[in-house]
Amino acid sequence: MAVDENLKIELGKQGVFVTTIQELYNWGRRSSVWPMQFGLACCAIEMIATTMARYDLARFGAEVFRPSPRQADMMIISGTVTKKMAPQVVRLYNQMAEPRYVIAMGACAISGGPFKQGYNVLKGIDRYIPVDVHIPGCPPRPEALLQAFITLQKKIDAQPLTGEGRPRHLDANAPGEFPVPEQGEHDLEPAANKNVWTVPTIIQ
Amino acid sequence: MTGVGLKTVEEIKAAIEGAVPGASVKVMPNASPSGQHSLLLDTEHAIQVAEFLRDDKDLALDFLSNVTGVDWLDKEIAEKVKVTRQVSKPVEGGEPGQVQMVEETVEETRKHVQPGFLEVVYHLFSMAKKHGPVVLRMRTENRTDRVELPSLTPVWRSAEFQEREVFDLFGVVFQGHPDLRRILMWDAFKDHPMRRDYVDPDDFEYEPTAHDEVLKRAQQHNEKQGLAT
Repeated sequence: MAVDENLKIELGKQGVFVTTIQELYNWGRRSSVWPMQFGLACCAIEMIATTMARYDLARFGAEVFRPSPRQADMMIISGTVTKKMAPQVVRLYNQMAEPRYVIAMGACAISGGPFKQGYNVLKGIDRYIPVDVHIPGCPPRPEALLQAFITLQKKIDAQPLTGEGRPRHLDANAPGEFPVPEQGEHDLEPAANKNVWTVPTIIQ
Repeated sequence: MTGVGLKTVEEIKAAIEGAVPGASVKVMPNASPSGQHSLLLDTEHAIQVAEFLRDDKDLALDFLSNVTGVDWLDKEIAEKVKVTRQVSKPVEGGEPGQVQMVEETVEETRKHVQPGFLEVVYHLFSMAKKHGPVVLRMRTENRTDRVELPSLTPVWRSAEFQEREVFDLFGVVFQGHPDLRRILMWDAFKDHPMRRDYVDPDDFEYEPTAHDEVLKRAQQHNEKQGLAT
């Protein structure tokens, strides 16, 4: 950051506002993250509660749920992703315009949850698309979704506009489309996108 | 059989056999306190029997509440059978090498395999008479290639989706069903997940809190991949 934080505060007290393009740009981006209107299971009910007056997601600039992926910036995977639904989720994600973000909400969306050992539930949507924030819970409370959203805003705020770690829409080489899994004879094929998900190392 | 004003299963069986000539109905007793005995129908007359149960004035079973399936695997049955057979024995006091044939009775354990089958169970109630349930069953000939059963959707419309589910998860083919497609799994799916010999996909590569059956599957997966467990 080009401007020293303390100097900025001092200048602010004198009525001088100093900022950088990056700060202004990210402030704009993080203050109007429009989610896609899309729910999968019981977590969606908590997501709806989060947007209503009591929890009021609108305070953070995310009140406009868009019914089209073309107009949405964020996808909240709210609920169980079955193997029958997974290709549609990936397809919807592919149709969103960059910059786009994903919150995996609840035990099912992050790992398969209580249905993990079932034959028809995907063991976490992060096997096919990049997930920015995972929230555990069954279902997570609205506060947890707000926490996840604030975490996402902090993540957006910290993204530099150039160099390593810049958002995908400013990186011409970043992948724009993620392969949609095929529904095979016994399982989804492939079982995971190797560029997105690798088997995590278990440290005991 | 519980329910106000409802006949016992034996009475229903007699009523069916009186009304539908040639129909064979078997009473399957249920020893549990609920005592919900069921009726095993033959597949040939199942539709006529179902129509009779629905249209009969006393029974008036106009509501089909539930259709489900049961998978019965091949069962090996061991039986002890007494067998007489010829045994050669040396003759007592005779010359060495001299033998005679003697009959002997021995007990033998014989094993035979009772072939498995798929079973479909229907629960019927009467809205008009406020009684029920009457439980019907039908069985396929085996579990592999003779899995056809008559569909009862033409008799009770509410069977449509539930028969599709039984087709999807158990693989029972309902003849006469208006729209027999998979309902839960995708169309390209080949297995029937509720069958007892179903093997689910080997996707146990990441099990951070594995125990019991899952731990076993995770270890098998890792061995197959050549990884240390």
